[in-house]
Amino acid sequence: MTDKMLFNSLLNPGHSSCAGCGEILAMRHVLDAAGSNTIIVNATGCSEVTTSKFPTSSFKVPWIHANFENASAVAAGVWAALKTKRKILRGSSRFTSGLAPQDDKQKQAQDDKAGKINVMAWGGDGAFFDIGFGLLSGSWERGENILHVCFDNEAYMNTGVQASGATPFSANTTTTPPDTNSFGNELMKKDMIAIALAHRCVYAGTATIANVVDIENKVKKALTLAGPKYLQILVTCVPGWYTDAKDTIKIARLAQQTGVYPVVEFVNGELLDAVKCPVPRPKVEEYLKLQGRYKHLFKSDKGQVIIKKIQSMADENMEKYNLQ
Amino acid sequence: MRKCIEGSLAVAEAIKLCRPAVVAAYPITPQTHIVEELAKFKAEGEADFEFVRAESEFSAASIVLGASASGVRTYTASSSQGLLLMTEVLFTIAGLRLPVVLTCANRAVSAPINIWNDQQDAMTIRDAGWIMLFAEDNQEAVDFHLLAYKISEQVKIPVMVNMDGFVLTHTFEPVDIPSEKEVACFLPNYAPAAGQILNVKSPVSLGCFATPADYLEIRQDLFNDLVSSMEIIKKELGNFKKTFKRGNSELVEYYGDKDAEIVFAAMGSIVGTIKDAVDELNAAGQKAGVIKIKCFRPFPKEEVVSQLSKAKYAAVIDKNISLGQEGILATEIKALVRNDKKVQSFIVGLGGRDVTRQHIFDIYKKVQDNKDGVLFVG
Ligand SMILES: Cc1ncc(C[n+]2csc(CCOP(=O)(O)OP(=O)(O)O)c2C)c(N)n1
Ligand SMILES: [Mg+2]
Repeated sequence: MTDKMLFNSLLNPGHSSCAGCGEILAMRHVLDAAGSNTIIVNATGCSEVTTSKFPTSSFKVPWIHANFENASAVAAGVWAALKTKRKILRGSSRFTSGLAPQDDKQKQAQDDKAGKINVMAWGGDGAFFDIGFGLLSGSWERGENILHVCFDNEAYMNTGVQASGATPFSANTTTTPPDTNSFGNELMKKDMIAIALAHRCVYAGTATIANVVDIENKVKKALTLAGPKYLQILVTCVPGWYTDAKDTIKIARLAQQTGVYPVVEFVNGELLDAVKCPVPRPKVEEYLKLQGRYKHLFKSDKGQVIIKKIQSMADENMEKYNLQ
Repeated sequence: MRKCIEGSLAVAEAIKLCRPAVVAAYPITPQTHIVEELAKFKAEGEADFEFVRAESEFSAASIVLGASASGVRTYTASSSQGLLLMTEVLFTIAGLRLPVVLTCANRAVSAPINIWNDQQDAMTIRDAGWIMLFAEDNQEAVDFHLLAYKISEQVKIPVMVNMDGFVLTHTFEPVDIPSEKEVACFLPNYAPAAGQILNVKSPVSLGCFATPADYLEIRQDLFNDLVSSMEIIKKELGNFKKTFKRGNSELVEYYGDKDAEIVFAAMGSIVGTIKDAVDELNAAGQKAGVIKIKCFRPFPKEEVVSQLSKAKYAAVIDKNISLGQEGILATEIKALVRNDKKVQSFIVGLGGRDVTRQHIFDIYKKVQDNKDGVLFVG
């Protein structure tokens, strides 16, 4: 069936993502950029649940799901195993055992020369910002050659839009419901790029689903670098952000263009690229008003104050990354 | 070669001989000496496994999960809080049918925090789907690790080898450490079947989610395979005996007067103390015996029933407790034995409280009082 499809991707259609899902689109472009010489370790979340209903799977590459919080550590095990396999194949191991019989030694040795197998850990913002944070930090600290890809839809979507450490200030989620005594999420989004840089990640970058070419280029570049890597992609969530499916790309583009979600790239700690905002720069209202999660801000004077604050946060990003 | 060696170091030697490719661990007393020794082997060039210093036990379990799913032999060890922290991953490892081997240096669980030996840690995760072996002494601890790999790689079920913290891990005993050649002969290199591991040349998806339409059968399969692994465990115990000239193929061993009216039941190092007490009782003309349960999961029901068939009273001695119920082994044995036999739950040794022969004599007397309920002795 798949070879009759119009496109050829390593992520098969037939998954159960929502119409307009930004996450599945990002997953497809990340995987196709990485290519078939890739092993994916997937955290629990929408990315896993929509693609792997037993006995089916969307993945044409080796893929494993263990738990919500441990994609980074499972990937660490995969990477460690690959290292030992290479040692065994080179004949430089006297001690270890455990070589899969279907591994054709010569072919594998060629693969070794041609380029190593990419190991990626995939998860949502909840998986990396919150519950799997310590495990991610551990893997970064150990310097493991893994690309950790965070599909950031800014809440726990799979369980019904609860707030996470990635949920932006003032957003309406099911655990930050705006009402008489609440204006939505009162906490600020965690700055994971700063945290990745503090771990000396060789690659730390952000992207949005508005620019899939940028996503593909970033994945390809990151995979040429040996060491710990982090890529965070803003992905629109139609049911979680209360948006129209047709606006998925538009909203993500506005996130970048307003300065709300800086698209940056650090290699070896150095800021190599920051996508500039257009002149004139759209106001944050334009971004916010397309999303039901910010609807309450447009209904009160307090909301206007908060919108001003969000604008000033975007302005700060402009300065911080020189986005003008 | 027979040498006088600390239990932990003996186990580390055994692991080295089993040639794991990936070792991941996090420190917790009384497991530490095992993994420290493994790190030393690597530093000295005596072994060349990947030694991954995990930032938590949760991570250590996840790392061996990932490595095992990639088709290599793996090892980890933990205790107490560490084992409990691993719990979620332990269930996943079993559900994914990965042949991970783990040593649990058995220790009490918080609160109050306590580093000494009991078996609450392992008994708490008994439903995770692991094969669970309990060693009586350090020779058995060494031997069970060789067996653990041999068994787990056949049945695709992880194995946890339990050895009592301090009582075994930190005790020097003469232990026969087999040679590299002997072990290589008993335990060949690990060769997982095609289509079961992560491999870019034959991609598979592992750990898919199952709906109510499939979940039950998948769990039933694991149950059935765990139960039938009993035969493989016995077979391999037999093979082990042939190769190394020690041990036997029984999952439940009987010691003492063959016609004993009072039979103790226990697991782990305490069996040694009970055997001494049984010797004294027998010498004084008292009909006593003990069954040692070497394998707690799968639970060797028939063997337990048959070994208790002549007993009038069974005194089950647990170093753990299911709070609100009784000793966990006691519950399991009560479920097997008809009511005309009196089975009594005795709790001993919690948090490292010393268990002496005198305690066993007390239990011998008390079990005849026919009291229901749980008796704490110590
Ligand atoms: C230990 C644990 N806690 C909670 C859950 C429930 N859970 C499953 S997915 C999920 C949310 C995932 O959120 P995120 O990582 O942001 O991914 P998303 O679904 O939003 O893409 C939660 C809370 C779980 N599976 N395991
Ligand atoms: Mg999310």
